[in-house]
Amino acid sequence: MRLVILDTSSCVAEWAAKYVLKRINDFKPGPNNYFVLGLPTGSTPYGMYQTLIEYYKAGKVSFKYVKTFNMDEYVSLPRDHPESYHFYMWNNFFKHIDIEPKNVHILNGNASDLVEECNNYENEIAKAGGIELFIGGIGPDGHIAFNEPGSSLVSRTRVKTLAQDTLEANARFFGNDISKVPHQALTVGVGTVMDAKEVMILITGTHKSFALYKAIEEGVNHMWTVSAFQQHPHTLFICDEDATLELKVKTVKYFKALSAVHHKLIEDEIPIEQSRIIH
Amino acid sequence: MTSSKIQQFTNCKILRNGHLIDEHLWVRGGTIIDPEKVFFDEKIKANLVIDCKGCIISPGFIDIQINGGFGIDFSNILDNIEERVDCVSKSLLKYGVTSFCPTIVTSPVQVYQNVLKRIKKRRGGAKGATILGVHVEGPFINIDKKGAHPPEYIKNFDSGFQTLLETYGSLENVNIVTLAPELHGSDEVIKQLNALQIRVSVGHSMANLKDGEKAVFNGANLITHLFNAMLPFHHRDPGLVGLLTSNNIPKDKTIYFGIISDGIHTHPSALRIAYRTHPDGLILITDGISAMGLEEGKHNIGQLSIEIRNGTAFIVGTNTLCGSIATMDQCVRLFRETTGCSKEFALEAATLHPAAALGISAVKGTLNFGGDADFLFLDEDLNVLSTWIAGECVYTTSNKC
Repeated sequence: MRLVILDTSSCVAEWAAKYVLKRINDFKPGPNNYFVLGLPTGSTPYGMYQTLIEYYKAGKVSFKYVKTFNMDEYVSLPRDHPESYHFYMWNNFFKHIDIEPKNVHILNGNASDLVEECNNYENEIAKAGGIELFIGGIGPDGHIAFNEPGSSLVSRTRVKTLAQDTLEANARFFGNDISKVPHQALTVGVGTVMDAKEVMILITGTHKSFALYKAIEEGVNHMWTVSAFQQHPHTLFICDEDATLELKVKTVKYFKALSAVHHKLIEDEIPIEQSRIIH
Repeated sequence: MTSSKIQQFTNCKILRNGHLIDEHLWVRGGTIIDPEKVFFDEKIKANLVIDCKGCIISPGFIDIQINGGFGIDFSNILDNIEERVDCVSKSLLKYGVTSFCPTIVTSPVQVYQNVLKRIKKRRGGAKGATILGVHVEGPFINIDKKGAHPPEYIKNFDSGFQTLLETYGSLENVNIVTLAPELHGSDEVIKQLNALQIRVSVGHSMANLKDGEKAVFNGANLITHLFNAMLPFHHRDPGLVGLLTSNNIPKDKTIYFGIISDGIHTHPSALRIAYRTHPDGLILITDGISAMGLEEGKHNIGQLSIEIRNGTAFIVGTNTLCGSIATMDQCVRLFRETTGCSKEFALEAATLHPAAALGISAVKGTLNFGGDADFLFLDEDLNVLSTWIAGECVYTTSNKC
């Protein structure tokens, strides 16, 4: 596992965007060689999307041969609802870039058969050759995607009932009316994300600092589902200073000492495979 | 262009919901479409991506009061009526007008009978702007506020609505009727026109505020060229001008008013009074006459001769104003300069407001999804760069559309 500690959340956005840019470009995607990306929504990755759009507009990266799989979507929320993840992805990313609509995959929370929708999603991921880079954020309770505390760490894409904490946290997006918050979601499983070749998790802000501590300093625990990625061969945690507040000084110092090595990951001239050999 | 092709206008600021926003405009089959649905449902991209180079995209201008232009007077055409109307509608494209209401001033009965049936409502395109229907301004007006209208043809509702029908012949192509609400029998006439979805505009009138409010209750929702040809504002009876701030009209109803912002017909200060008291109802009109687009000298309007001196049109030998020769795009720019309003507001006063007044804002006057793709490319100073109708470029200042 690598932990990259940066000054601010905007540094996190920029670092993550640079990393995505470099991974795509090093991959040299083409008509027979698609780069498959797993994508999150929410406020944490927003800055990364903004920066990627800038890179696209500047001609630094193309998404023509990129396939995407989003992590999750609410059940029974109209697709054009401002809180739907379709709405988020369209407005904050897809409409600005050159991605082919057929290469975009987002779980359909309005499907007539939700179980079938989830199973098909797993099949689609497999058909695309698996996910090369899965980007995620986490909740203050350490959930990744909608894998709420207590989710199986080998779970696959499925219907998930949301925890009360999540409903309360989301009520502000639904006119502070908790009854309007969708209480179910479709989500990839922890196991689905674990299958990705690489996982990059973005964590910013003091309110996520306890979750980051649980994720990396304590053992693997299904009450903090993101901790499962301790056992993934290629996990990158990218966080800001605020998110480190609950970490031990020793942990922070250790990873900061390695920062020169980690920053090589986004340097233009060094092929990603080369910098990745050193852990 | 086949109807299934999708155009995506990029690198532009579009006027939507009162704001100029960085957003792409998607068009298919002459209609503005929601790209999100195309992306997720149809999983296709646009066939044609058009780089707008940072320009503003506004809905096309709608002029609900225009008497003619380019040497043609809608009230005084003797032959080849269709052809001449086509000529005006095509010439208007250059000024950003994509829809208009050809306006006929007080005229002899035979003119209505002859002309009204020949100026048909029709969709716009390369051949010219959309004709929304005729605005008949008179002859049921107050002779004391005749303006440039010939007094000998002014009429009363002697037999009520029947007189109106007999005068106009057919209402099929009529969209707006300007009348003086104080005329005897106007209550019934307004109700009847309202029932036929024809808009009633009060004007050329000596009406007091009460007359105006009654007309609104009966169905009128427009005031014809505010301040012109009506009683001047008086603090004890504000007259029709008082409708702008009346609280004695239905709560859910917006009173719209045409206003000529050519810098001559309405004093800049009067423009600002109208703008600040009732911005939501403000509609820019040209009230343009046949001489619009022509040089100085003598011309005809209705049955009268007029003269252009120093960029202003008068009745020959008098100092009576008889209509504007400013074009719609000039009116928009001048209005913005005069009032200091936002670009967004100046544009909406020539687009959304007239469309809403006519009850057609679902398809005209906005860039909302499902609306007709009638729009303009404008520079930052609101000069027209190109004009588009149903997604087709029908005028451009550059060589390519």
